[in-house]
Amino acid sequence: MELGQMQGRLAEYTRSLYMEGILDAQFLQLQQLQDESNPDFVVEVVSLFFEDSEKLLNDIARALDQQSVDFKRVDAHVHQLKGSSASVGAQRVKDACVAFRNCCEEQNVEGCLRCLQQVKQEHYLVKNKLETLFRLEQQIVAAGGSVPMAEMTF
Amino acid sequence: MAARAQFHVLAVDDSLIDRKLIERLLKTSSYQVTAVDSGSKALEFLGIHEDEENNEASIPSVSPNDDDDDDHQDVDISLIITDYCMPEMTGYDLLRKIKESKSLKDIPVVIMSSDNIPSRINRCLEEGAEEFFLKPVQVSDVNKLKSHLLKGKAKESQPNINKRNIMEELFSPDRTITNYGGLEKV
Repeated sequence: MELGQMQGRLAEYTRSLYMEGILDAQFLQLQQLQDESNPDFVVEVVSLFFEDSEKLLNDIARALDQQSVDFKRVDAHVHQLKGSSASVGAQRVKDACVAFRNCCEEQNVEGCLRCLQQVKQEHYLVKNKLETLFRLEQQIVAAGGSVPMAEMTF
Repeated sequence: MAARAQFHVLAVDDSLIDRKLIERLLKTSSYQVTAVDSGSKALEFLGIHEDEENNEASIPSVSPNDDDDDDHQDVDISLIITDYCMPEMTGYDLLRKIKESKSLKDIPVVIMSSDNIPSRINRCLEEGAEEFFLKPVQVSDVNKLKSHLLKGKAKESQPNINKRNIMEELFSPDRTITNYGGLEKV
């Protein structure tokens, strides 16, 4: 595939992520903060996010598995996850966290387990999508091209 | 012109991701940044020991290049931006300690939070926070810091100045809430 085609494919893919609500404007902000002096900024922040969120999801699962569930603790973890997903632009993960916090408030274990499933699903989805995005970017760079500056054209 | 070195901002946030973000945002605006992960680390950095806040004599000496006559900090911090929700010491607690400190009370403080809770916001503004930013913090938010940094600078040479620039703050976008010193924002 030639460079122009790859760049076109990347643009289209990125656009679809925004259209599907998987990413929001915050991700665009991250891309705009990246420059020659910080060329890996987005990948770094996103990697931190996935490291952090995987740990949080495990902590949440463990907390929900207790005989007597500490909902305040679960809520604290979800709050953290909500914050970090908002910071990287992972909109659907963030929204799933908002719903989760409501379940925590109701102190309903079954509800919380369902919410956890939903968050995990969205998390898995955005992880895969971003891995694909970064791979497309790498292919372009490897072919000697540059990744076009992000812009909101939709 | 004897130009002051670039403004040095102290960022406080327990989230690594948010620290990285705020650091990048601030550096993009050419600020020097120090980021710490807790209120107690912030106070330590500022040269304050929690049990000796108001004791000026215990605060280490002024830096040789410091031409200000009121600072007794270890480092010359122009602004403090802190997260609200932090374990052990919240951003509000930190704000209070700073305002209670003779040497630090004139440093502008900005609070960040992912939760939009009016009572929380008001509490912070009443305690003396310059602004309250909703997270995730944007470039446009950081652009608003300049005026606070410059005001802080002006205050050093003019005691008792009313630092509320009403006209300037009337044009803030909705996402940030600025302290009008008791006046209602219409």
